[in-house]
Amino acid sequence: MSTLTESAVTALQLTLSSDPVLWTIVGRSLSVSATACLLACGMGLVLGAWLGVARFVGRGAVLAVLNTLLAVPSVVVGLVVYLVLSRSGPLGSLGWLFSFKAMVLAQAILVLPVVTALTRQVVEDAERAHGEQLRSMGAGPLLRALLLAWDERYALLTVLLASFGRAISEVGAVMIVGGNIDGFTRVMTTAIALETSKGDLPLALALGIILLAVVLALNVLIALLRRWRERVDGSASGTAVGVAA
Amino acid sequence: MSGLPDTPWADLRQVTVRYGRVPALEQVTLCITPGERVALVGANGSGKSTLLRVLNGLAGTQAGGLHCDATLRQAMLFQRPHMLRTSAQNNVALGLWLRGTRWRDARLQALTALQRVGLQDIAAQNARTLSGGQQQRVALARAWALRPDVLLLDEPTASLDPHAKREVEALMADFAASHGAAGPAHPVTMVFSSHNLGQVKRLASRVIYLEHGRLVADLPVHDFFNGPLPEAARLFVKGELG
Repeated sequence: MSTLTESAVTALQLTLSSDPVLWTIVGRSLSVSATACLLACGMGLVLGAWLGVARFVGRGAVLAVLNTLLAVPSVVVGLVVYLVLSRSGPLGSLGWLFSFKAMVLAQAILVLPVVTALTRQVVEDAERAHGEQLRSMGAGPLLRALLLAWDERYALLTVLLASFGRAISEVGAVMIVGGNIDGFTRVMTTAIALETSKGDLPLALALGIILLAVVLALNVLIALLRRWRERVDGSASGTAVGVAA
Repeated sequence: MSGLPDTPWADLRQVTVRYGRVPALEQVTLCITPGERVALVGANGSGKSTLLRVLNGLAGTQAGGLHCDATLRQAMLFQRPHMLRTSAQNNVALGLWLRGTRWRDARLQALTALQRVGLQDIAAQNARTLSGGQQQRVALARAWALRPDVLLLDEPTASLDPHAKREVEALMADFAASHGAAGPAHPVTMVFSSHNLGQVKRLASRVIYLEHGRLVADLPVHDFFNGPLPEAARLFVKGELG
């Protein structure tokens, strides 16, 4: 049997089995990424919406930095968070290194620019189209930003799902700040890296297939949301984004 | 004293507006007194929308002086009104809420305003799913709820079918005959842009013709359609009336 076929069979067996270790890893991956996304979205949605509406000196530079942060490798984020949380770092006293919290913090930092940049784009487009009417009604920049973000909530929901995809599929940051400790900080991506290094390719690929299945489920969710939105509003405008593993 | 019929609501002196290097308004001077129904006419790009935006405070001026009586409430309608993705009632209430009315009271007043434009039955319907004419009526209700003393309308019927046009025009006439927050002695001042000269004849008391951002003619409606006009305005009227 080829490695790929063997992996598919293993993945199927793993999925169907009630292997507690596997499902703990899957559950931990989902909860780390979901918590990180919630934190990043709480800040990124407001910041992005405000950036989409506000006009100030140096805005171009802020946007350039923001767009650059989109391309920051996850290992760099992991390294920075590691330095901050290490015993000699400014937040070392928290004792978060190699913990769930550290992984959440690293992923939140990784995802924050994604949420902010995409939200900024969505809200800026809406501001260009309708901002003047809200301004005419007496809405100031912050209120306009929040109203437009709320009005584009379906598009922003897609942004949230895209950011979740970015978080759950990264490996560098959680590996550095989590340490891939069995039963404690091991998540799907770090488990895949570990099994590959051990030479257990079928298991690594099986975990990869499960990860892909999670991302596929997210993309299906996005498609369903878009269809629902078309039915409710009779329009399908908004930012087209998908989740990539 | 402000807000009196003989005191100008808006006083523009040599106002110039440019978008980058492109002039949108060139040295426009005019006065609008409360209760007037002013129609802005001219070809596309003549400066009608810019003038309305200047009057509403949405556009800044590069030169000249502008004074608008801040004691008079304003509302502005756009050619394609933006409806938030929520009910018609909430869309109307939003305008009131933005001016400081409590949300619960705003929703009640919104329902009354929707009744006034004949849309009470679709108050709970998502405003985005309404037709263009219905959306414009919701926008009128949104303006109405604010009880403005001045109503600015940027080609409010341009993108509507003939039936919806008639409905919106009737509401505009009704609006113009009412009074705003300043009281019964102060009828609503209406400034609207239009390509429809029939509508201008029916609704306006005064017509301002703009060309390339310059004010070319400023006449009572009777004189505009029956008296001598500058050549550019005469050709425009001839072209529009066929």
